[in-house]
Amino acid sequence: MIDHKANFRRGVVDGLPIALGYFAVAFTLGIAAKNAGFSAVQAMVESLTNNASAGEYAVFSLVAAGAGYLEVAVMTLVTNARYLLMSCSLSQKLPPETSVLHRLLVAFDVTDEIFGISIAFPGRLDPWYTYGAVAVAIPGWGLGTFLGVVVGNALPLRLVSALSVGLYGMFLAIIVPPAKKDKVVRGLVLISFALSFCASHLPALNGISAGVKTIVLTVAIALAAALLFPVKEGKEAQA
Amino acid sequence: MKNIWLYILVSAGVSYLIRATPLVLIRREIKNVTLRSFLYYVPYVTLAVMTFPAIVDATQSPWAGLLALLVGAYLAWRGKSLFLVAVACCVVVFGAELLLV
Repeated sequence: MIDHKANFRRGVVDGLPIALGYFAVAFTLGIAAKNAGFSAVQAMVESLTNNASAGEYAVFSLVAAGAGYLEVAVMTLVTNARYLLMSCSLSQKLPPETSVLHRLLVAFDVTDEIFGISIAFPGRLDPWYTYGAVAVAIPGWGLGTFLGVVVGNALPLRLVSALSVGLYGMFLAIIVPPAKKDKVVRGLVLISFALSFCASHLPALNGISAGVKTIVLTVAIALAAALLFPVKEGKEAQA
Repeated sequence: MKNIWLYILVSAGVSYLIRATPLVLIRREIKNVTLRSFLYYVPYVTLAVMTFPAIVDATQSPWAGLLALLVGAYLAWRGKSLFLVAVACCVVVFGAELLLV
């Protein structure tokens, strides 16, 4: 018997650092939204319905530049395409019998962070764990954007700088323990670091957005690993 | 003047479809070993790609970010919780930037 209540509470606890990090990131997004002519409420609605930092940033800059709706749609698709991959991954993490309603609800907030902790859930994912994390993370995200528009640059830069690494700390907490256990994952993490560093410092790749780089590198590295080191049946559930 | 609410609607619709389509359409366990392996590796690769060098670029001083990366990786290696690792990274950057910036 799965204890949904306990899993929801666990999600809330794991969602707290996400909410803090979101608040900081969303705050800076709010500043960009203000420059694009969004009101505080509009910026907050954009955040609550999009749940994507890079994607929203792209939308704000396009709107500021006077782009059309089609351009915004295409750009949203490109900057958020990695969520397509993450949702494919999550579809294998959920119990196969999960209802369409739960699938539609889980889909709403597939972000780098919520995806990360959902994948780290032991065994099959209980959607209630994800809901718990989302329940604290989304208010942080929406409120951060709202306040970013209203108070702009009032938050000290030092504090924004410190809060902004919280999300990366969380990523480390997700990828390092499996890397300790599994040699292949360890190698992949190091290779990913190295190639990501190269991709963001090669002058030839300067024009490509961070979202596109993430997708290209993810597909290339994960595909090579899948061909070279196919995973044995049942290993996924342990990780 | 374009309507901002329409921009919100368009971006929200696209964002949601990207996320919901695979979750709703892929109902069964994938049997193909290569595809399964690929999806197994995706999270670790994509989170690693997003962490570095972004963590170094996110802070005012790149050294503070690098220090946070090392401390965070060490604590995670020692099996510390998500919350502790995340907060430790923030504290390291705050402390380091008091001295560096």
